[in-house]
Amino acid sequence: MIVSRALYTRRRLYNTLFIALSVGAAVFGLIWLAFILSALLSEGFAALSPSLFTMSTPPPGQPGGLANAILGSVLMSVIAVVLGTPIGLFAGTYLAEYGKHTKFAFVVRFVNDILLSAPSIVTGLFIYEIVVLPMGHFSAWAGTLSLMVIVIPVVVRTTENMLILVPNGLREAATALGAPTSFVIRSVTWAAAKAGIVTGVLLAVARISGETAPLLFTALNNNFLSTKLNAPMASLPAVIFQYALSPYDDWHKLAWAGALLVTATVLTLSIIARLLETKRN
Amino acid sequence: MADVALTDTIATADLAARAQTTARAGRGDSRFHFLTWAAAATVLLIFMGVIGSLVIGSAPAIKAFGFSFLTSSVWDPTSNEFGGLPSIVGTLVTSTLAMILAVPIGIGVAIFLTELCPRPLRRPIGIAIELLAGIPSIIYGIWGLFVFAPWFQEHVQQPIIDATDGIPVIGSLFGGAPYGIGVFTAGLILSIMILPFISAVTRDVFETVPTMLKEAAYGLGCTTWEVMWRVVLPYARTGVVGGAMLALGRALGETMAVTFVIGNAHKIHLSLFAPGTTISATIANEFTEATSVLYTSSLIFMGLILFFITFIVLACAQLMLRALERQAGIK
Repeated sequence: MIVSRALYTRRRLYNTLFIALSVGAAVFGLIWLAFILSALLSEGFAALSPSLFTMSTPPPGQPGGLANAILGSVLMSVIAVVLGTPIGLFAGTYLAEYGKHTKFAFVVRFVNDILLSAPSIVTGLFIYEIVVLPMGHFSAWAGTLSLMVIVIPVVVRTTENMLILVPNGLREAATALGAPTSFVIRSVTWAAAKAGIVTGVLLAVARISGETAPLLFTALNNNFLSTKLNAPMASLPAVIFQYALSPYDDWHKLAWAGALLVTATVLTLSIIARLLETKRN
Repeated sequence: MADVALTDTIATADLAARAQTTARAGRGDSRFHFLTWAAAATVLLIFMGVIGSLVIGSAPAIKAFGFSFLTSSVWDPTSNEFGGLPSIVGTLVTSTLAMILAVPIGIGVAIFLTELCPRPLRRPIGIAIELLAGIPSIIYGIWGLFVFAPWFQEHVQQPIIDATDGIPVIGSLFGGAPYGIGVFTAGLILSIMILPFISAVTRDVFETVPTMLKEAAYGLGCTTWEVMWRVVLPYARTGVVGGAMLALGRALGETMAVTFVIGNAHKIHLSLFAPGTTISATIANEFTEATSVLYTSSLIFMGLILFFITFIVLACAQLMLRALERQAGIK
């Protein structure tokens, strides 16, 4: 047998080279993660203090905190999720249980997946046109609605995916016992897919707690602690945006503290979501 | 005999109750069906609302500038003259840069995760990479502005500028002063942000490649690289391209990270290190400051253009990934 030593060496060489490159690619990704998280932890922790949670955003040069922004973010996110989840859950249920292969379901699915990845700043423009302009002023409601528009597609997608995984045998068994379709869905299918649906809602919360672009011209910002949904409201991301781009050092510090809070929230939520997912499998 | 009569009356009463229950359940059933349908219709309505509101909002700008909006690079709020070219070019250039960097690296990560990584490490490393996608855009922004840009300026930009100075084409591509922020920095940060999307989709399609195919190739004496490059990648082609398009859709519309690091200059420079702007960055920066109707409308017009571009990219991505799912379903 004639073995071309040169060819063999070359193939070995290529193999080693490309394997090294793909290991390098993974390391590259992990390095960025470490780079970002370490900067965030060192800068963020340096800026953490109890007054963050008790005082509102200050004028430059004065002591202050992020209380108004934290409250605003929590308030708007919670309302957006409370309003958006039922719509997403029902629409996802329609796609998985009723619509299935109909043309209408196909179109909704297609449009939903577009909305899922569409630029969030466009959502802000949309809500600006239909809420802010008619009302004549910026408001927390507008911010909430724009977050809701982001929540819905996320919940629709995960709900449908999770319901499809529920074995048909379960549905058939319940139907054979005489349960009406809606009853089967509510007490059998939903129950079986519960962990997955909760995961979806958590991911939706994680997604909107860092969203900035749609809030900039809907909820705007507010330097005072406010619970009025009809008035502009501060949010962590909007404050980070404003303060980070300012020339003041103490504002930068607050921006870093806010960034740490936002990231900690988002990453905790996504890790809990993942753990739920693993438990289900 | 009496017994039978008794059973009969029970049966009739029972039947009547049963009929009532069935009727009620039927009503509840159709009500529930309608509710879910209405929710699905809401999704459709939101989508049409987005398009409709953008078209209506951009009407004044479309009327005033027409198609020349796409080719004009004048951006002058004081004389009410607007052109979208610098933003559109900026969006396309940063996204292209991000794709050039993220596609090979994303595929590399997927190869590492499916073939090379020791099994116990697979999940943790996979999750860590996906956490990159979970970090909010604004965090990339603040990190990019305060940490990455100064580092990049000193340790990467300056050496590259020095090394390429005087070389035609490449020299002007990397020419100018090292600002730290700029088009290249934006593209680089975008690439880190979309990397997890590409690697996640690619890994998922890699896992659908039949083991038999890979084993056959290994049996013929192929090296790991040859199996990946000549067997797995061609088999998973559609999925990889679909995943890349999905990531491109994200990159095109990414707002906050880019707004922080691109420099916001309405100019088209030859140099990648120069500051520029993108559609989303322009909107984020200027929307609340826009005073005239035409200014606001021009920004919404840019939003419409952005939505149009991402729609096409995302629609292609979806059609490719859907076709793949159907194919996998048949097999």
